Amino acid sequence: MSSLSARQDRIRAFTLLSPAYLWLTVAVFLPLSAMVFFSFLSDVPFGDREWHGTLENYQEFFQTSTYATLLWKSLKLGLMVTGISVLIGFPCAYVLAKVIKGRSREALFLLVILPFWSNSLVRIFSWAIVLRGNGVLDFAANAVLPWDVRINLMFSPTAIVIGLVHSYLPYVILTSYLALQAIDDSLIEAARSLGAKRRTILTRLILPLAAPGILAGAVLIFVPVVGSFMEPRLLGGRRGTYYGTVIEDQFVAVFNWPLGAALSFILLAVVLVILGAFSPVLRRART
Amino acid sequence: MGEVRVEHLVKTYGPARALDDVSLTFPDGGFFGLLGPSGSGKTTLLRAIAGFVAPDTGRVIIGGDPVENVPVEKREIGMVFQNYALFPNMTVAENVGFGLEVRKVSGADRARRVAEALELVQLGHLGERKPHQLSGGQRQRVAMARAIVTQPRVLLLDEPLSALDKALRVDMQIELKRIQREIGITTIFVTHDQEEALTLSDQIGILKDGRLVRHGPPRAVYDDPQDAFTARFLGEANLFNGTPEAGGLRLADGALIAGCTGSTAAVRPENIEVSLQEPDRPNKLQAHLVQQVFGGAMGTCILDWQGESLKVIGRDQDLQGLPEQGPVWLSWDSSKTIALNG
Repeated sequence: MSSLSARQDRIRAFTLLSPAYLWLTVAVFLPLSAMVFFSFLSDVPFGDREWHGTLENYQEFFQTSTYATLLWKSLKLGLMVTGISVLIGFPCAYVLAKVIKGRSREALFLLVILPFWSNSLVRIFSWAIVLRGNGVLDFAANAVLPWDVRINLMFSPTAIVIGLVHSYLPYVILTSYLALQAIDDSLIEAARSLGAKRRTILTRLILPLAAPGILAGAVLIFVPVVGSFMEPRLLGGRRGTYYGTVIEDQFVAVFNWPLGAALSFILLAVVLVILGAFSPVLRRART
Repeated sequence: MGEVRVEHLVKTYGPARALDDVSLTFPDGGFFGLLGPSGSGKTTLLRAIAGFVAPDTGRVIIGGDPVENVPVEKREIGMVFQNYALFPNMTVAENVGFGLEVRKVSGADRARRVAEALELVQLGHLGERKPHQLSGGQRQRVAMARAIVTQPRVLLLDEPLSALDKALRVDMQIELKRIQREIGITTIFVTHDQEEALTLSDQIGILKDGRLVRHGPPRAVYDDPQDAFTARFLGEANLFNGTPEAGGLRLADGALIAGCTGSTAAVRPENIEVSLQEPDRPNKLQAHLVQQVFGGAMGTCILDWQGESLKVIGRDQDLQGLPEQGPVWLSWDSSKTIALNG
């Protein structure tokens, strides 16, 4: 009887899980496998092109320092965008979770989510309008300030960072918000009754308890930013060459898919190593 | 240490008056129970003393110092929360030591005082555990130790035992009383459990709709509740309404409650005797026995008198001679009549 119901449970679990896993297999695993295969080829196996198995694509990464330099540049960009997003996002999440009550919270939350609902290209181009010389920001600054100012942030690393922070900020706000929501207000009251000042409560109580949420948000931002190509290309212009744009070039412009694939997997490996190095911290934060 | 006093406290939330001109003195070293139904303002009063609620008007005086403008963290209070509010990221010892840590008490001194406090609540061996590894009763003790280790001037307990099961609650009541006696700290606690309030407190205060209706030693309030709300809220009471006469209170069925001066008389269920024959006593009336409830050593009779439900509690051996249902006589000693106003 019990073995029968256990079997039914297994069947039920399998039925519920199979659509998701089928989708993951078709949409993620198969294309990814194809890319792994491509990365070991000398040329794309389309049409009547000649190709054979090789490690050259991976070797190329190590032969010239260009790729490593660009990867380092992208990692720094990732760190910077993640850092700025956490610095802006966490206080915002704190106010949403602990200070504001009632209906205004919903309205403010909507504003946070808004970037998610707009097309990413539209988002980037609207930043271009704001940031360029004679743009909205330039105009506004001149209207307010009495002296003549020239703001032209367009095609600079600053513009890239602004665009990326704008796109990815909601992640860290949402994850921090959920972590902060889970902190019972009575904990803060208890700390106050014991004589703790705001600063102590923040460093000894709120930050440690919200750490898993902050870290989850940081990971969600860091990984895609390191591989990003659209923002660097559109907002960075000539100076917007990053690891992600190089990969994109291999696929779109140069048509060297095997090299692009190899570079992608090197990026994946580096990111996994970084996350692996942080996992003890993540695990400690959870308990 | 010290006496705590509130004077003319008023706190409104929109049209609702959570505290309506409450003045009360909590004696130094005493155990004071604040009692009332939910929404009566008892928790608001406690939180006003703690400093989490800012009263609209009125004063809060702790140990002689007015503290209305002193923030919570500087009031030198100890508080135990309903859910204990232990810091989940810290060990038991770190939880207890937190108040000393923020007061910059040095490591060795802090460790000694934490150990003493944990010893006092009989948890000396669990300092390295995390809160989630403790049972409910142990968490309660840790919360106590954390609240008293800083030697606050007053200990505030917000329904401290309500999360525990019945048997553990009784144990913890005795424990709480022992700890409080040992350190002699002025203690104010909020509860909706009247039995708990009677067991623990030297003094109780009963609140209703933001007003303090009655306060005093538990026995005095129980024996002489003075109004119907207190009589019914603290313990159980059978109420008889009638017309006052020269000799007493005349009831609707013609019976007379001798010597009762008020317009309402209350009699505790344990003070009424049930008999089949008409008793030879001044206070008696005829009622209809509806149901008997067996409860071990004590039994409960539910009766109907003039369409109102009455309750009598008696020793099971005294109730055995009665039928399941039928007409009976109720009587009680004149000294057990409680005269109520309104």
